[in-house]
Amino acid sequence: MGTGVVRPQPIRATRPQFFRQWRAYLLLLPAVGIIGLLFGGGLVLAFLQSIGAIGILGAGRISLDAYWAAFTNPEFLRSLGLSLYIAIVATGLSTILSVGLALLLRSAGRWASLACQITLPIPHLVGIVGILLLLSPSGLISRGFYNLGWIQSDQDFPLLVNDTANIGVLLHFLWKEIPFVTLILLAVLRSINPAYEMQARVLGASRWQCFWNVTLPMMKSGILSASLIVFGYIFASFEVPFLLGSTRPRTLPILVYRAFTDTDLTRRPEAIALGIILSLFSILVIAFYSWLISRDHKSIQGV
Amino acid sequence: MTRNTLIVFVILVLFLPFFPLLIWSFAKGWVFPQLIPEQWTLQHWAQLLLPTSRVIEGLLQSLAIALTTTVLSLLVGLPAGRAIGLIEFPGKEALKLFLLTPIIVSPLATLMGIQFMLIRLGLNGTILGVILVHLMPTIPYMTLVLSSVFANFDTGYETQARSLGASPIQVFSQVTLPLIAPGVVVGALFAFLISWNEFLLTFFVGAGRVFTLPMVLFTLLQGGNNGLVAAVAITSIVPGLLFLLLASKALENEAALGGVGNV
Repeated sequence: MGTGVVRPQPIRATRPQFFRQWRAYLLLLPAVGIIGLLFGGGLVLAFLQSIGAIGILGAGRISLDAYWAAFTNPEFLRSLGLSLYIAIVATGLSTILSVGLALLLRSAGRWASLACQITLPIPHLVGIVGILLLLSPSGLISRGFYNLGWIQSDQDFPLLVNDTANIGVLLHFLWKEIPFVTLILLAVLRSINPAYEMQARVLGASRWQCFWNVTLPMMKSGILSASLIVFGYIFASFEVPFLLGSTRPRTLPILVYRAFTDTDLTRRPEAIALGIILSLFSILVIAFYSWLISRDHKSIQGV
Repeated sequence: MTRNTLIVFVILVLFLPFFPLLIWSFAKGWVFPQLIPEQWTLQHWAQLLLPTSRVIEGLLQSLAIALTTTVLSLLVGLPAGRAIGLIEFPGKEALKLFLLTPIIVSPLATLMGIQFMLIRLGLNGTILGVILVHLMPTIPYMTLVLSSVFANFDTGYETQARSLGASPIQVFSQVTLPLIAPGVVVGALFAFLISWNEFLLTFFVGAGRVFTLPMVLFTLLQGGNNGLVAAVAITSIVPGLLFLLLASKALENEAALGGVGNV
């Protein structure tokens, strides 16, 4: 990073340092401006609506009632629990399996890697349709079981979609996210100098020791980044639990959507308050990750 | 040998959901215990072409939105990626983290705020409004990928070209662009796919009037015509797969992808 500063630059050598820095801010302005205006601005407008400062029914009395209503919503805690359960289980499993798959594919050919990226460009909705037609009681697997004589009717097939354990949702996310994480980890693995691992093996480390003490630590930041993106995505995902998940309880994004589209317009501030609580949770996760990463940097500097 | 068997097994599992999609799209009345349909038909595929299915309309709207979003995020992401990749400045890590929030933080609350504004601007339910919100997830990915490519970029080439008398435009098109091309391809691939596949943002801001392919698919899914749903689903995969194949070479560029692994 920042190799440009170190490199000799004949033409700009006389330019003062802060000139380059101002150039950086200027170059970043369009991106930061658009994200700030859309995402930040949207969040501020949402907050103002949630406290009643502005609203579709006109400005009202400013209060935190909407947050009270959100927290005391009987479904809130169960929905939050369900969202966390799905996000943690799906992120954890897909990260672990992706590390394995990346190591498997590391020395495999280009076509094997490409085939394992097949789900990467597939829209979530298409995946949902595929999983429904595959795993539902009248789906392809159930038909297979029937023809093998393992089940007597579609009633005997275990419920894997719209089930209370959200197996269908978890399977969908594994199917979709493992190729994504693997792709990133493969790029990380390719940038690792194999000499370290060879050295470890030459010095008598077992394969497992070599993986645990040499390869994995070098993959750590890639694993953290990829799982952060995946966690954030799954926690906020709407269409997957909406179409494949349990009908009760529902995940937090669905609860927000239901409250927002309620015919009772006075419920809107509560819906927005719920949405803001949802965003706060993802922001907390980012804070936790950056703490993990900065702690990592410190320990490296300490060595 | 076990290594190859495992890889084949993984690929097979990843392909599993495509089998029922393919069969359904050609099946005529495929009732439960049948493993293979008794009758085949092309009627679902023919139905796609009818204006009543709105598939062609969805395809065109999706394409227009995804291409515009990709170009816009490239225009914004190039300078941002250059700044983060090449220059050291105070507050860099914080700004980088800020740029990433839209891909990690749930957009629901933000969408409700944006919708409030878009209604007043008359942009709610318009293609322009949808493109605007699609920029939220595409700009971060584009910046991430390009910053990582610029981090491995030697500005000496540009200096050299300038001192040999090339204009800034010539330097960009003949020196800089060819050197960062893999990053541009990967960034464009991500931006296009994110926009093409986006459901929630379009669902909220499109207000039922912007009809991208995911909207068509979602509406059909409520109807229960599995054959037509499967045909539309397969149709909406094609552009992404084509793009992936075209970009497969660039996807092996660790500098471009490493950026996503270095949040």
